[in-house]
Amino acid sequence: MELKTTQPIQGEEKTKKMMALSFLMAAIGVYLWWTIYRVLPDLSKWITYKLLPIQGGSHLGSSVEFFFYDTPKVMMLLFLVVFGVGIIRSFFTPEKTRAFLSGKSEFAGNIFAALLGILTPFCSCSAVPLFIGFVTAGVPLGVTFSFLIAAPMVNEIALGLLYGLLGWKVAAIYLGTGLFIAISAGWVIGRLKLENHIEDWVTQANATNLTLEEEKLTWNDRIIYGWDAVKEIIGRVWIYVILGIAVGAGIHGFVPEGVMASIMGKGSWWSVPLSVVIGIPMYSNAAGVIPVVEALLGKGAALGSVLAFMMSVIALSLPEMVILRKVLKPKLIAIFVGVVASGILFVGYLFNMIL
Amino acid sequence: MEIKVLGPGCAKCSKTEKLVQEVIKETGVDARVEKVSDMMQIASYGVFGTPSVIVDGEVKCTGKVPKKNDIKKWLLK
Repeated sequence: MELKTTQPIQGEEKTKKMMALSFLMAAIGVYLWWTIYRVLPDLSKWITYKLLPIQGGSHLGSSVEFFFYDTPKVMMLLFLVVFGVGIIRSFFTPEKTRAFLSGKSEFAGNIFAALLGILTPFCSCSAVPLFIGFVTAGVPLGVTFSFLIAAPMVNEIALGLLYGLLGWKVAAIYLGTGLFIAISAGWVIGRLKLENHIEDWVTQANATNLTLEEEKLTWNDRIIYGWDAVKEIIGRVWIYVILGIAVGAGIHGFVPEGVMASIMGKGSWWSVPLSVVIGIPMYSNAAGVIPVVEALLGKGAALGSVLAFMMSVIALSLPEMVILRKVLKPKLIAIFVGVVASGILFVGYLFNMIL
Repeated sequence: MEIKVLGPGCAKCSKTEKLVQEVIKETGVDARVEKVSDMMQIASYGVFGTPSVIVDGEVKCTGKVPKKNDIKKWLLK
């Protein structure tokens, strides 16, 4: 079987043309995106009150309008954010991240690990091989944890949704506090010297130091990489986004104002821990939980409690612990959950206090 | 030819296995595919991104679903 080969000079011209084409397509895409995005509020009103026989000012109307406004808006924002982050991620690989982290001291290492946790492409199903790869290559345990905490908690889906539904301030607060928890929880775990609570087979694992030749990526490849990320991630989460927004829309239209104030409001001291505890067994991704959270905020829930709930749902999940149990002894898992939960509690109380 | 697809069983891993099977069928290469989902075994290859593809003991790709053309190249070498 013959593989396609092109002459080098022709190939170069072709790549240039391809690149020009890609950039042109991207420019047209951004323009179309912006045009559609701007007419969304009017479009949602038109669908709700003109196309559907719904009366203005009714509960149903406010729910339906909310749904038809938020769904396309959130999807469009996700599209943009996932594409952008995909392009940034094409510059990072777990291998490079490991090589970078293995020489770092603890505190600086925690900071870098948390930042790289956001930028390194990584699927939570490979948490175990990644953990082993990091630890056997001499990345300190606490630094490894900073990476493993930041990776799921601060992700492009959460940031895109928060920005779209709650504005850039909340998105920035989430980014900042998520990083803070990943850095400090990892640092605390490192200080506790728990290396002997890793399962024995991990440290005995044959740590072949694998060096793959690095692929040279052109800008064209990176754009394709970003596009693949869009297809993969949006293809996976769109149903949760729509379900989340549908539930959120129901809350928005039918739940009376202020009803959440008594449960998740600032006044009650137990609202933050309760939010964390409810959040742990709930396994949802950011896509499903954030639209609901937005609706709760509108009904009088306090931002701190809501942040705590969201972080607990995303960062602490039972399935992830089952996976990690393969490499960590129960005590270390318990400490991991305890330390991260404390960080979340701190963030929750802090925001209930200052806002 | 021995091909191993390493992965704990996430969607990307099954997709990789399917692609490898497809390429074998299309090219008619004599190859056996084995799916490795045991964490200890995966770790012993020194890879830490899944899915990974190993052809005759050599790690060909880690942490992503390979392109069909790349798989062809590995098999026809």
